[in-house]
Amino acid sequence: MYLPRKAKNKMAVEGLYKKRIDGRKFDEVRPMIAKVGVVPSADGSASFETGGTKAMAVVRGPRTLHPQHMQNAQKGVLRVSYGMMPFSVWDRIRPGPSRRSEEISKVCEWALSSVVDLSGFPNTVVDVFIQVPKADAGTRVAGLNAAAMALAHAGIPMKEMLTAIAVGKADKTLLVDVDKAEEDFHDGEGATDIPLAVTSRGKEVALLQLDGKISPSELKEAIEMGKKACDDILKVQMEALKNLNGGEDNE
Amino acid sequence: MMEERQIVVPGETIASGNEFLPGDGAWRDGTDVVAGRHGLADVQDKHVRVIPISGAYYPKRGNTIIGTVVDITFNGWLIDFGGAQNAFLGVSEVPRYINRNELREFLDFGESVVVKVWDVKSRGVDASMKMRGYGMIEGGMIVSISPNKVPRVIGREGSMVKMIKSATGCDVTVGQNGKVWVSGKDTDSEVATKKIIDFIAENATIVGLTERVEAFIKELGLQVSSAPAKPNDGVEVVEENTDSEENVEGDALSSVPSEEGKE
Repeated sequence: MYLPRKAKNKMAVEGLYKKRIDGRKFDEVRPMIAKVGVVPSADGSASFETGGTKAMAVVRGPRTLHPQHMQNAQKGVLRVSYGMMPFSVWDRIRPGPSRRSEEISKVCEWALSSVVDLSGFPNTVVDVFIQVPKADAGTRVAGLNAAAMALAHAGIPMKEMLTAIAVGKADKTLLVDVDKAEEDFHDGEGATDIPLAVTSRGKEVALLQLDGKISPSELKEAIEMGKKACDDILKVQMEALKNLNGGEDNE
Repeated sequence: MMEERQIVVPGETIASGNEFLPGDGAWRDGTDVVAGRHGLADVQDKHVRVIPISGAYYPKRGNTIIGTVVDITFNGWLIDFGGAQNAFLGVSEVPRYINRNELREFLDFGESVVVKVWDVKSRGVDASMKMRGYGMIEGGMIVSISPNKVPRVIGREGSMVKMIKSATGCDVTVGQNGKVWVSGKDTDSEVATKKIIDFIAENATIVGLTERVEAFIKELGLQVSSAPAKPNDGVEVVEENTDSEENVEGDALSSVPSEEGKE
């Protein structure tokens, strides 16, 4: 279900958030830059940038997992670590693990494990490190986009790709790829933030979080908008992976 | 059917139709055969597979690998070769008799070896050094490159290795895991060899690599001999299943034929 432009504009006019701050259309994604092979010494690496948000992902492994009791004799373990760099926002972020970063690491791990297949590597671990050098909302979805590319670049068996987007709502207006200002929208109904990850082939939802208030019908519509935006992001990811020799550094 | 090998991304349809069979790195989704990893799509006689172009080294039976002893058990050595698991080298896979109490006398912790991948199991790799050309590493240096660049360093029929050897006079042993053992008369020639290998790895995707390397060797003040090297002239790389080692550009196959005579 994707509302025709006319109806959507009407809805937007009714609300308090009538025009996006950066002049984008309500269903428009910020300009994207995707690069593969940004860290030469890693097994796989990628960076993904949308507007003021940039995420880098590095994959190492499969390699032996220590301590041994964490090993799985049937399949490899995926381990994701997410972190924001201290200078990624205007005021400083305290470096090191926090409640928020640990939670995001875990949800990213769950989202990515729905596409990677580590059954061929028992007793090993594949480490994914996501770092955010600059943040303007949507860091976990940028991180997931980078991580999916880095995993592919590392040659990890994957059934399909993973693409993520943050959809949201400012007052009564549904938005795709919200930025920080929109995330902090206070007037009317306030802001809602919905990070969403979709698999490339099955179009299945691998991650869905919701912060704020939204009606069930609007949520359905937001997910559809997000899935549509994911198609555009997938194209950017695929292009970066297909042209990797131009940008790839050597070991 | 694809004419040229193209880079595919996981989840991308390579071929449609029930007659196609998914091989390595591919899976079936309905009637489609889909890429299950990032790499080059290869369709041969309805057999679809994806050839790796990046990422870590995955050991294959018959590969020559270079690694370091990281553990000694009661009946063999564990060798770290940069793969997911360590390789196990049993006492019986060593060309001479070794007393089980004196494993360290033969191979101690931290010592490096050139071994052959004998078997790849889900729990690890079994290695052997019983054939000619395999054994302990003494002297020289080990150069690390990306395992995906190894076919370029070897060259077609080992031509690149032969060229390096004739230019520098060093012995060069290439492991499929991206470790290259260089051993020569003096450090200068070894350093020159390392420079050449690094140059090849850096320019691995360039067309006309051989000419570029020749020019680079001359830049270093060394001679490139035009005379063909002797057969089996110390090219201790035994490579089977060369199909999977093709270059991204679909350029020449880089391989050394398996030297059955050794076995």
